[in-house]
Amino acid sequence: MTPRTLAQKLVGRACGDPQVQPGDIVTCRVDLAMMHDSGGPRRLKPHLDSLGVRVWDPERIVVVTDHYVPATDEDSARIVRIARDWVREQGIRHFYDEQGICHVVTPSHGHLRPGMFAVGGDSHSCTGGAFGAYMFGIGATEMLGVAVSGEIWLRVPHTIAMEWTGRLPGGVCAKDMMLHMCTRFGMDGGQYEAVEFCGGAVRALSMNERMTLSNMATELGAQAGLIAPDATTVQWLQAAGVPGDALHDMAQWHTDEGAPLLARHRMDAGSLAPQVSAPGSPARAQDATAFAHERLDIAYIGACTGAKLDDLRMAAQVFRGGRKAAAGVRLMVAPASAQDQRQAADEGVLQTLVDAGAELLPNACGACAGYGANTFAPDTTAISTTARNFTGRMGAASSRVFLGSPYTVAASAITGHITDPRELLA
Amino acid sequence: MSTTDAPGRCWVFGDDINTDYLAPGKYMKYGIDAIAQHCLEDVEPRFAREVRAGDLIIAGRNFGAGSSREQAVEVLRHLGVRCVVARSFAGLFYRNGFNLGLPLLQGPAATEAPAWGIAPGAPACLDLEQARLQLPDTQQALQCQPIPPHLLALVTDGGLVPHLRKRIARERLHSAASNP
Ligand code: SF4
Repeated sequence: MTPRTLAQKLVGRACGDPQVQPGDIVTCRVDLAMMHDSGGPRRLKPHLDSLGVRVWDPERIVVVTDHYVPATDEDSARIVRIARDWVREQGIRHFYDEQGICHVVTPSHGHLRPGMFAVGGDSHSCTGGAFGAYMFGIGATEMLGVAVSGEIWLRVPHTIAMEWTGRLPGGVCAKDMMLHMCTRFGMDGGQYEAVEFCGGAVRALSMNERMTLSNMATELGAQAGLIAPDATTVQWLQAAGVPGDALHDMAQWHTDEGAPLLARHRMDAGSLAPQVSAPGSPARAQDATAFAHERLDIAYIGACTGAKLDDLRMAAQVFRGGRKAAAGVRLMVAPASAQDQRQAADEGVLQTLVDAGAELLPNACGACAGYGANTFAPDTTAISTTARNFTGRMGAASSRVFLGSPYTVAASAITGHITDPRELLA
Repeated sequence: MSTTDAPGRCWVFGDDINTDYLAPGKYMKYGIDAIAQHCLEDVEPRFAREVRAGDLIIAGRNFGAGSSREQAVEVLRHLGVRCVVARSFAGLFYRNGFNLGLPLLQGPAATEAPAWGIAPGAPACLDLEQARLQLPDTQQALQCQPIPPHLLALVTDGGLVPHLRKRIARERLHSAASNP
C-alpha cells in the first residue's frame, strides 16, 4: 500500500475505504459524539422532537455540563435542566454533570482511544487528536445530523506536519509552543486541514501537555490536531480505565515514511522562550519579556487549555516556597475537572495555590466562555491560561486579556506584571 | 438556468471577524432574537440596527474564526443576510453556514484590498449557482469559487434540518412499502 498519513488512515477506517485521498468527499461512521450543555441537548432536543426520532446510539454519546454550571440564574438553570432531562429521556448513560470541562472529562473517563473517529459539539474538540483519534468540532445542527444518522460527511484532509526538535527548556511548555505556532502561521495557518504535531519534543510531552497542543489546533485554523499514539498514550489511557485489549494495535496509527504532506514545518523547542499573546488574538505572541511593563488586575488559571492537572502543577511549582499573588492581583483558579482537582489536592498542589491567594472556582468553563460567571469588568487587565483572547470574549470589550502558560500566569501573579517565569524558577 | 436575486447592500468588513463578535458570549443564554440585536456590536454598532433583508456581507480572511456556536450563523440568517462573501472562512463556520442554510462564497484571492474594492453600501446582485456577484454601480462582476454540489443541495433545501426531514420521510415511506 502507498504511504499514508495518520489522518488518511483514521478517516479511511471511518469511511470504509483505506485508499482515500486528500480532497475526496466521504461519509464517515462516528464512533463517539460528545456534546455539552450549551450546544448539545438544549439545541438538539426541539429538532429531534419535531423530526420524531431518537438518537442513533445512546452508548456512543457523551454529554457533559460545563458551560452553564453552576447555574447563576434562571436562564442558565433552565439550559442545564434540559440536558439532565434529555439524557434520561434518551437513555444516555455517559453523562457527566458538573464534573469539569468536556475535553478533559471525556478522555479521562476512557471514552477516547487511538483509531477512533469522533465529533464534539465544541470547537476545541480537536483536543481528542492528542490520543490519536480523528476528532473535530461541529455545530449543533450538524450534531443533530450525527445524532440521527451516526454519520457525517468529510473532505479528506491534507496534513501539515509541525515538527518540534530539541528539548523544551525549564519553565517553557506546550502552551508556549502553541502561541508561537499561532503567531508564526496565523489563525488560518491550518487551512482547515489536519495538523500533526511530531518530533522529539512532542514525544517527550506528557498526555496533558499533548492535549494542550491538540486543543489549540483550532486556534491554528486546523480541523484536527493529531499526535501519533505511543507508550505515553497507552499508559495514560490504561490509567483512565481503557481496557488493555482496546490498546493493542497502536503501531498502525502513525504517518508512514514518505506519505504526502501539504507542508512540514520544523521548529526548535530548545530556543523557545515563554510566550505571551497580546489582547485580541492568540496570534499576537512575543517573548513574555516584551510585555514586562503590563500591570495586572487578574491572573486567571482555567479552561480545558490551561487548568488540567499538569497545568496546576506548573503553576504550583512557581508559587512553591510560600510565594503569593501580589496585592491587588486577583488570582483565579478553575481546575479543568473534579478529578484533576482531587489529584491536585492529594499532591498538595491545590494547597500551594490556595496559600498563594487563589480564589478556587468551579470545575467549569467559567470566564473562559464569557457566558456569565466571573467575567471581567471594564478596563480590567488580565493574563490567562485560556485559548482565546478575542475582544470582549471574557467580559467587557474594554477588558484586556493576555494569554500565557500556567508558569507565566503564576509568575505574573506574584510580581503583579507580566513576567518571564524563568526569573522565579531559577 | 441560473437565478439572480434582487440587489442587496454590501456590508464590508476586514479579516478575522470571529464568532464572539457575531454572537457575543454574554447573550448566548438567550434566544436568537436577543443575540441578533448584539451581532457585531464590538465591530460595527450600526450593523444589527440597520442591516436589511437581502443585504450581503463582504469580508476578508478567516471569517467566522473561533467557536462552534452556530448562533454566529443563525443571527445573520435572522437579520436577513443573504450571503457572506469572504476571502476565506474558518472551516467550522463554513460547515455551520450550509447546515443552517446560509450560503457562503469564497471570493477570488486577488490582492486588491479591502474586499475587492467593493464600497460599503454598494448594491450587489447574487447568482448563487454561478457563484457570481454583480455590482451594477461599477459594472464589476466578482467570480467566486463554485459551491461544491453536495453543499449547494443542502443550502437549496434550506439547511440540514429540512434536508433530514426529507430523508426521514423517504426512509419511512420506504419501510412502510417494504412492511405493508
Ligand atoms: S474552557 Fe473555554 S475553551 Fe474550553 S470548552 Fe470551555 S469555553 Fe471552550
